[in-house]
Amino acid sequence: MTSTLPDLTATPYDVEGVRRDFAILSREVNGRPLVYLDNASSTHKPRQVLDAERAFLEQHYSNVHRGVHTLSQEATDGYEQARTTVASFIGARHDDVVFTKNVTEAINLVAYSMGNAPAGSQFHLGAGDEICVTEMEHHSNLVPWQLLAQRTGATLRWLPLTDEGRLDLTELDAVVNERTKILAFTHQSNLLGTINPVDVLVRRAHAVGALVLLDAAQSVPHFPVDVTALGVDFLAFTGHKLVGPTGVGVLWGRGELLAEMPPFMGGGSMIEVVEMASSTYAPPPERFEAGTPVISQAIGLAAACDYLSAVGLDKIAAHEAALTARLLDGLRRIDGVRVIGPDTTEMRGSAVSFVIDGVHPHDVGQTLDEVGVAVRVGHHCAAPVCRRYAVPATARASSYLYNTPSEIDALLEGIEHVKRFWGAA
Amino acid sequence: MTEGSNESLYQEIILDHYRNPHHKGLRDPFDIEVHHVNPTCGDEVTVRVKVVDGQVQDVSYDGQGCSISQASTSVMTDLVIGRKIDDAMEKAEAFLTLMQSRGTLEPDEDVLEDGIAFAGVSRYPARVKCALLGWMAWKDATAQAVAHTAEEAS
Repeated sequence: MTSTLPDLTATPYDVEGVRRDFAILSREVNGRPLVYLDNASSTHKPRQVLDAERAFLEQHYSNVHRGVHTLSQEATDGYEQARTTVASFIGARHDDVVFTKNVTEAINLVAYSMGNAPAGSQFHLGAGDEICVTEMEHHSNLVPWQLLAQRTGATLRWLPLTDEGRLDLTELDAVVNERTKILAFTHQSNLLGTINPVDVLVRRAHAVGALVLLDAAQSVPHFPVDVTALGVDFLAFTGHKLVGPTGVGVLWGRGELLAEMPPFMGGGSMIEVVEMASSTYAPPPERFEAGTPVISQAIGLAAACDYLSAVGLDKIAAHEAALTARLLDGLRRIDGVRVIGPDTTEMRGSAVSFVIDGVHPHDVGQTLDEVGVAVRVGHHCAAPVCRRYAVPATARASSYLYNTPSEIDALLEGIEHVKRFWGAA
Repeated sequence: MTEGSNESLYQEIILDHYRNPHHKGLRDPFDIEVHHVNPTCGDEVTVRVKVVDGQVQDVSYDGQGCSISQASTSVMTDLVIGRKIDDAMEKAEAFLTLMQSRGTLEPDEDVLEDGIAFAGVSRYPARVKCALLGWMAWKDATAQAVAHTAEEAS
């Protein structure tokens, strides 16, 4: 181990204690102990999250914002308390947190609201305006903007990547310019693991009057994120990647922006006065939560935030950094293995993509599964990134708070097994 | 590590076709060329088909992908080249049925020859699309080639 690793002895991290909260981690796959390294895709849920959702459903459940009976009030209180918990988890105000289905819906919410904005609104786009993304975006932060550009006549532009897997910012001032209405980019690439310099991008975007949306799907679960400190205008993340339930995501937006933004979906709960011909809309966050929301999932998400806070995001980040360093170090020692993305822990997270010479990633993933190791294979919903680095797909290992150094070693042994089985290198 | 644990999926026949694919490389002459992709994993294949008098005269292909998709395409060319289109389509149907069987079907070696090695793949739903990639491309190209030649004849 190198000296760049965080000193875990100074802040003891009880990974075995954490693991005991996740029942699924004790199961076997193909006769081997499960080694779950697919956390960038989705994470497992501790019993505290499951218990919170179950207790809510068994004792307090009802629809929210719709009644005077006791359960309705208790459910509404629980749902709004969940919003407060989630808001404070990212340093935000209660009213600025909108519950969505996932990150994809959160980003589409902003894109469609902008598309609905009338001329003269700061959200309005038309021919001559530009939308800016980066070449490392997940499809969920690319396709909604392609659609918005097609609907409005605006132009889509993007920041390219360096060979090292970082954003190439040499043309930043040209790409993000006075015509840019919004800059949408990922905090941490789900394929490369790269953590982007939010401050540099926010400074440029705000200097030219552009809005900034940050896809925080891969950052909020892994290290402390404070929306005020980041200075962005919108931020999206999802529950199931931070030990919470599926079906619930979050859009955070600056209060004064949400207040001016037109609705995305129409329906119940998002209205003020409804006439037959037209309606007025509720203030945020209700304006953006049409229909019965994700109630028990929001309760579960709040429990997940509480769980991570209790373990400590700083400790989780240090633990992951140590695992990532161990993995990168191990991969470097295996001939014929190439990391796609930064090969140090500097400004990178725990998602590590790699390819093995002569073995297709699908075969890598399948052969690793035979020894109980779960990794993701494919283009990770970031096909342009694969194209940029001239690989059809990658295998990706991504660790989280419950992974152990010996699991990293099991993956590295598994890769040796893959090479032997496929006769590579 | 037990090297034999993969046997159900990675049969030796599959590995042979993967390492030494048959009929690979795009050739002339051809009637129709198609390009098919598997959007979930990025596998892709380009298939060319030449049909003459209701017969599959030649199938050539190029592509990149996992062992299952590449080996299956190689096996496909062995099974369809030189055959009456109707017979070849029957083999495609037999292979499709096998792939959809979830491991419950005993494949007929007389019909599918090396294709029977893929019986185990049907137990891995995530890989069935890999096994079908080349076959689907061939069916598409052949249907187009038949329509194309019918048009020219009329």
